[in-house]
Amino acid sequence: MSLLEVNHLDVRFALRGGDVKALRDICFSLDRGERLGIVGESGAGKSVAAFSLLNLIAQPGYIAGGSIRFDGQELIGVSDRALRRIRGHRISMIFQDPMMTLNPVLTIGEQMVECLKAHRRIASRDARAISLRKLQQVQIPSPEARLDQYPHELSGGMRQRVIIAIALLLDPDIIIADEPTTALDVTIQAEIMALLLELCEEHNVGLVLITHDLGVVSQVTQRMLVMYAGRVIEQGPTREIINDLQHPYTQGLIKALPQMATPGERLNQIPGSMPSLNRLPSGCAFHPRCGFVTRADGSHRQACHDQVPGFVTSGNCQAACHMVAEMIERERLPAEEQDR
Amino acid sequence: MTTATSSINAASAPQTATPLLSMRGLEKRFSLSGDFLEQLKFKGGKLVREQEHVHAINGVDLDIQRGEALCVVGESGCGKSTVARTVMGLLRPSAGEIHYDGERIDDRSTKALLPFRRRMQMIFQNPYASLNPRMTIQQTLEEPIRLHHPDWSPARVKDQVAEVMDSVGIAADWGPRYGHEFSGGQRQRIAIARALAVNPEFIVADEPISALDVSIQAQVLNLLMEAQQKRNLTYLFITHDLAVVEHFGTRVAVMYLGRVCEVAPTATLFATPRHPYTQALMSAIPRLEDDRPQHIRLEGEVPTPVRLPSGCVFHGRCPHANERCRREVPAMIATDEGGQVACHGVEEGRI
Amino acid sequence: MTTTHSSVTRSSTTSRWERFRDSYLLYSFKRDLIAQFSLAVFILLVGCALLAPWLAPMNPYDLAQIDILASELPPFWVDGSDPTYLMGTDSQGRDLLSTILYGLRVSLIIGFGAVAMQASLGVCFGLLAGYLGGRVDAFLMRMADIQLSFSTLMVAIVVGALFKAIFGGATFSTYAVPLLVLIIGLAEWPQYARTVRASVLAEKGKEYVDAARVMGLSSRRIMFRHILPNTLSPIFVISTVQVANAIISEAALSFLGLGMPETQPSLGSLIKSGFDYIQSGSWWITLIPGLVLVVLVLVINLLGDWLRDVLNPRLYKG
Repeated sequence: MSLLEVNHLDVRFALRGGDVKALRDICFSLDRGERLGIVGESGAGKSVAAFSLLNLIAQPGYIAGGSIRFDGQELIGVSDRALRRIRGHRISMIFQDPMMTLNPVLTIGEQMVECLKAHRRIASRDARAISLRKLQQVQIPSPEARLDQYPHELSGGMRQRVIIAIALLLDPDIIIADEPTTALDVTIQAEIMALLLELCEEHNVGLVLITHDLGVVSQVTQRMLVMYAGRVIEQGPTREIINDLQHPYTQGLIKALPQMATPGERLNQIPGSMPSLNRLPSGCAFHPRCGFVTRADGSHRQACHDQVPGFVTSGNCQAACHMVAEMIERERLPAEEQDR
Repeated sequence: MTTATSSINAASAPQTATPLLSMRGLEKRFSLSGDFLEQLKFKGGKLVREQEHVHAINGVDLDIQRGEALCVVGESGCGKSTVARTVMGLLRPSAGEIHYDGERIDDRSTKALLPFRRRMQMIFQNPYASLNPRMTIQQTLEEPIRLHHPDWSPARVKDQVAEVMDSVGIAADWGPRYGHEFSGGQRQRIAIARALAVNPEFIVADEPISALDVSIQAQVLNLLMEAQQKRNLTYLFITHDLAVVEHFGTRVAVMYLGRVCEVAPTATLFATPRHPYTQALMSAIPRLEDDRPQHIRLEGEVPTPVRLPSGCVFHGRCPHANERCRREVPAMIATDEGGQVACHGVEEGRI
Repeated sequence: MTTTHSSVTRSSTTSRWERFRDSYLLYSFKRDLIAQFSLAVFILLVGCALLAPWLAPMNPYDLAQIDILASELPPFWVDGSDPTYLMGTDSQGRDLLSTILYGLRVSLIIGFGAVAMQASLGVCFGLLAGYLGGRVDAFLMRMADIQLSFSTLMVAIVVGALFKAIFGGATFSTYAVPLLVLIIGLAEWPQYARTVRASVLAEKGKEYVDAARVMGLSSRRIMFRHILPNTLSPIFVISTVQVANAIISEAALSFLGLGMPETQPSLGSLIKSGFDYIQSGSWWITLIPGLVLVVLVLVINLLGDWLRDVLNPRLYKG
C-alpha cells in the first residue's frame, strides 16, 4: 500500500453564484521516498490540491467528497487535533513565499525550537542542536549565526533554505512544495532544487512538487500529474510522459516551450486560454482548444463534446482523452485479429 | 584565446550604420535617504549630509540596430528593467546619454519627446495593471492615435483601431468592453495593440510574457515575432528567461549588478558563453532533456547595489577571480566569435 | 492568427444597466437590511426637503403667514395643542413642521455644497501632490497638516467671525448659504487631499500610468483622465462621511450664532432658537429638529459605512 493515497477527491468553493468545483475526481498515490510533480497552469487547481491534502483549504472552499489516506489513516473528517499531529510533523509544506511560514518578529532559531517543542518533549538546548544540524544540512553559510538572525536579514534564497530546514525539522515522511522556487532567480532556483532533490534522496522523504515549470518537474520528479481545469488529465512516470506525449494538452504545453522549437521559428501554440471553473465546457474541458477533436480523416469526434473522458492506460501512463482511447483501441484490434 | 582589446565605444556596433538607439555611459541612481532633512546626520559632533544610493545601472553602453531584437537578460536587481524605463524616458538617467536615430533624447521635456513617442513604444510586464480599468478597449486603443494624429477624422481613427485589433487577433466586438473582462493573455494582446496603434518602429518590451502561463507565453511570443516581420520592428526585449532569449533574440546582452558583462549574437552566446556569469546562468536553465542537471554553483548571492564591489562586480562569486578582478574594472573587449565580453579572465586567456 | 472567444462567453453588448445588475454593489445592497433602511430614510428626508414648498403647510419665510399669537404651541400629542400646527410652533409662531422641512433643505444644500467645495479643492491638491511629488507634495501636505492641527470647527469659527466682522451682520445674513459653503469647504479640504493623494500614489505605481506616459500624454490628462477615475471609490466613500460632517458643522456654527440667521433657519439655528425656551417648558422647538438632524446624519453615516465595506474592504476598515 502506498504511503499517501488520494481517491476521488472533490473540492468545491461555495460562491455567490453557487458552488464552483475546484477539483474533480482527483486520484493519485505516493510511495515512500517517491517524488511526484503536479503540473498545470494557473487556474488548473494544483495549489488547491496541495492545500486540500492537509485540509488547509480556506473558506469558502470545502472538501465535498473522496478520501485521503496517509499511512493507512483516513484524513478527511479527522479532528483538527489529529490533523495537527500529522501536519508539520509527518507531512510538511513549503510555500512559494517564505514569509508566509516565517514569523518576522522571531529569530530563525526561536522559530525552529518552537516548532520542535510543539511536537516533541525536548529540552531547549537539544532543540537548538537539532535546528543547527538541519541548517547545516541545507548548506547555509555560517549556520550558527543564522540561528540568531531575523528572517528579514536573510536573502530570498537563504530564506527558502531556512524553510526547507524547518520542513525537515521533524523528519517528515512527505514534503509538499508549492511553487518553491517561482519567486527566485534562475541560478538560485537551480541550487534550491538540487538541494531539495539531494535531501529527499538522502533521507528517503517523499516529495509532492507543485509547479508550472516543466523543466523543473523533469529534473526533479519520478512521476508527474498534469492538471487541467480542476482535473487530472494525464499521469505516469515523468520521463515517459515527456518522451512519449499522449494527451493533446500535455503535448501542446511541452511543444509551446521555446526550448523545444528552432530559434526564430513560430512556436507551437495552444489557442485560447484555460476556461474559468464556473463556465466549464461540456464533455472534455479541453475540447474547445484541442486540435484533435477532428480526426485525421476529417470526421468529427462527437464524444469530446459530450462525454467527460475516463482514463486509458498506455504503457505506464494514463491519459484522460477520447483521441488517445481511440488510438489504443485501434492498435489493439489488429493485434487481436492477428492472434486469431 | 582572444586578446583583442578595443575601446568600449568602438566595441558595440558590428555594423557600420548608425544604430537606431544607442546608450552611452548610462547610469541611474536612486536615492535611499529621503528628503534633505532626513539626510542630515550627526557624526563625530558635526552635522553632516549623508546620502545613500541604489546603483541600479552604472555605465551601460549598448547599441540597437534597426530590425534586430536585442534581448537584455539578468537576474532580479541587475538593472535590466531600469534600462528599459530609462530608454523610454520614464526615468531620467543620472549620467550618460541616449540617442535615438542620431538625436539625443534623454534630456528632452515631455513635449519635445512627443515626436519620438510615436516612433518608440513600450509593452509592460503585468497585463493586469497595464490597462486602465475605467477605460474600454476602444478608448484605450483610440487614445494614442488621437494624441499623435490630432488631424485624423474619427472614421480614420476607428479604421486604424480596427486594423490594429485585427493584426493582434482581437475580435472587433471587444471594443466596448473593459480590461477586467479578459484573461491575462488577452489583456497582453490588447496592450500590444495599444503599442502598435501608432505604427512605431521601436518597441521596448519589459518582461512581456513573464506573468503569463506557458501556453499563453507561446501565443504572445508568436504575436511579437509576427509583428516584427510584418512591421519591420526593432525590439529591446527585457527578460530573465534564457530559453525565450534563445528563441527570440538576434543579439543578447547579459547584465549583472548594473553592468553589461557580455554582448553577443544569440547563437554565439549559447554556443560559446565566455563570461563566467553567463556560463553559470546558462547552466541553470531547467531543461526537459536531462534529468540530472549539472549546473555551475556560484558562491554566495548577488551583493546589494547600494555598496558596489570594487573592480569587477562579479568577483565575489566568480570561481576564476584573482587580485586584478578585485581591483580593476574590466573593459569590454571583442571576442573571436563576434561578441564582446567584460572579463579580465577572458582577456588574459585564463577562461 | 488564432483568435478565441472561449473565455469571454458573455455577449459583447452588455449595457450599463446589465453591468450594474450583475454588480457586487447591488448584490450586497440586497442583503444588507441596514443599508436598505438607511437609503429609504435618506431618500424620504431628501424628498421632503426638496418638496418643502409643496409639502409644508406654511411658508416660514413669509411673514404674512406668521401669527405671533400662536407662538410656542406644543405638538399635537401634548395638551393645549392646536391641530393646525402638527408639530407645534416656535417662539415666533412659525409652524415647526414647515420650518423643519425648510431647515432640512438649507442644511442639505449647505452639506452637499460644502462637500462639493471640499472635494474640488481636495481632489485637485491631492492629485497634484500625489502625481507631481517632490516639493509640490511637501508644500501641499504640510499645509494640510497645519490646517488639520487646528480643529476644523475652530477654523470655521475664525473665518466665520472674520466675515461677520468685515461685512457686517446684515450682509452675512443675506449671503449666509454661499458663505457657509465656502467656510466649511475651506475648513475640511485636507481630508480629501490626503485620501486622494494616498490612492494616487497607489495608482501611480501601476503600469497603465506608465503606459500613458510612454504614449506622450500630458500630465494633466494623465491625472484627470487616467488616475482620477480610478480614485473615485475612496472619494465616494469619504464624501458620505463628509456630508454628514458638513451638516453637523453647519449646525454647530448656527448654534454658535455664526450660521444661518433665524429668518431662514437651518436645523442648527432652529435648535439654537429653541434652546432658550427649554427652561420655560417648550422642549419641542429644540428636540424635534434635533432628532431630525440626528436621524439624517445617522443614515448618511450608515450608508457611508456600507459603501466603504463594499467598495474598499481593505483600505478603509478599522
